[in-house]
Amino acid sequence: MTSVTDAAPPRPAFRLTRAFHGIERLIVPALLIAGWEAFARSGMLPPALLPAPSAVLHALGDWVFGFDETTQTYSGHWLRDALASALRVFGGFALASLLGILAGVAIGWSRLFEKTLEPTLQMLRPIPPVSWIPLAIIWFGIADKPAIFLVFLGAFFPVLMNSIHGVKTVDHNLVRAGAMMGANQRQMLTDIVLPAALPSIFAGLRIAVGSAWMLTVTAEMVAVKSGLGYVLWDSYYFLRYDIVLAAMISIGLLGYLSDLGLKAIMARTLRWQQTTTVQGRAG
Amino acid sequence: MAAIELRNIVKVFSDKRRGRDLLTLDNINLDIEANDFVCLLGPSGCGKSTLLNIIAGFEQATSGRTLVDGKQVERPGSDRGVVFQQPTLMPWLTAIDNIAFHLKLKGVAKAERYDRAMEFIDLVGLRGFEHHHPSEMSGGMNQRVGIARALLMNPSVILMDEPFAALDAQTKLEMQEELVAIWQKRRCTIVFVTHSVDEALVLGNKIVVMTKRPGRIREAVDFDLPRPRDITSPEFNDAKRHVLALIREESTRLAQAS
Repeated sequence: MTSVTDAAPPRPAFRLTRAFHGIERLIVPALLIAGWEAFARSGMLPPALLPAPSAVLHALGDWVFGFDETTQTYSGHWLRDALASALRVFGGFALASLLGILAGVAIGWSRLFEKTLEPTLQMLRPIPPVSWIPLAIIWFGIADKPAIFLVFLGAFFPVLMNSIHGVKTVDHNLVRAGAMMGANQRQMLTDIVLPAALPSIFAGLRIAVGSAWMLTVTAEMVAVKSGLGYVLWDSYYFLRYDIVLAAMISIGLLGYLSDLGLKAIMARTLRWQQTTTVQGRAG
Repeated sequence: MAAIELRNIVKVFSDKRRGRDLLTLDNINLDIEANDFVCLLGPSGCGKSTLLNIIAGFEQATSGRTLVDGKQVERPGSDRGVVFQQPTLMPWLTAIDNIAFHLKLKGVAKAERYDRAMEFIDLVGLRGFEHHHPSEMSGGMNQRVGIARALLMNPSVILMDEPFAALDAQTKLEMQEELVAIWQKRRCTIVFVTHSVDEALVLGNKIVVMTKRPGRIREAVDFDLPRPRDITSPEFNDAKRHVLALIREESTRLAQAS
């Protein structure tokens, strides 16, 4: 019998483990797409109602690069449509972040703001942003503004709630330590409470950017005549489900990219925070 | 004039949920001289941390007067450095930025801040770790940063609330030795809260034994055993026996009372 100290750590039985790293996350999507393609080609549904992934890819390619005008008037206009949506997302999200953080920190920090501001905001919060569409249209007309307004409504509350939570849960002893070192009220806020609340604020921003994409697309379906959501809804009227799906994929991709961007900013800002997950050290 | 004067300190916590008041500190009178190393010794729940928080200005006494250098304590301030039980560092700042935080609040330029903080990095033996974040250092190292941070303010008193309680035995011994060395070198007034008789006798030149609920001062023992102290020497054990007897007397009294 070998002694305990001599025992080498068990070698991985499957030597391809390393080669598999990164591939394993592609297995499920690949299976889904293959199954979808097979089902679409089986002829159980008319191709117009369920386009095959290959057809969707074709439509997306033409929408982006405009090689054979299969997407007709949209051919080659993807960048314009995506940009239109992205600008609305950015506008509404930026406004919501700014006001959400300001209001959240004020409410979390000061009893006065908590008493005066919070009840109103909490009453507005359960109203679905979508239900503001009729008012948004009569106030702002059919253009960018109602969309930005809706994005703002959808993104504001996650930022607000998480900012309030972040400020309220700041370690009481950090505030004491700050007072001990002679921080005045302003320094307490800018040098202690705000940095301590940042992880929570960022969590709110990440939820908000997702809501922002959802609401841009919703607004574009109803109140705007451009952008990915408009293309999606317009194609639905012409029964072009390949373009509908291409638009859905585009939205998913852009939403994912915005979240990645935000995550990168968060990782840089919160470099001090070495989080440990149940599966080990991350970031 | 004593560095710290406590006059008839009474602290009552009102327990709103149960609708009754809890007398935590009952008429505390204590003078602490400049350059004293005073250990507040008592069982948990005796109000020793509350007393420290009152001196720090984190809590207000229900009645009585607290004077530091002859001035009434009203709020926390940098004339009283506090070392907390947990290091309580700003997790987003590196060791040197945590130590120099007081200077940053005062608007001192970065170069000068770092220059002055380096002296304290060296004092607590953290050279090479000045740009580490608290999450990258051990509990003992973080507590060193906490001590350096308090020392940098050059306070007239340093208040320590069981700062070594969360450390392992080995690190605790090291830190106790270093603290005594720092105290001898810099000649400052320290009030150190602990529930460990050994710790109090290793560190203090005055041991204030407190009683449990309501907190009163049982006896203030002057203890001038030369340093470094040999914890196996007969003198050390005599003192320990005396302090233990005070505590035991107290628990028998409590047991009989209940």
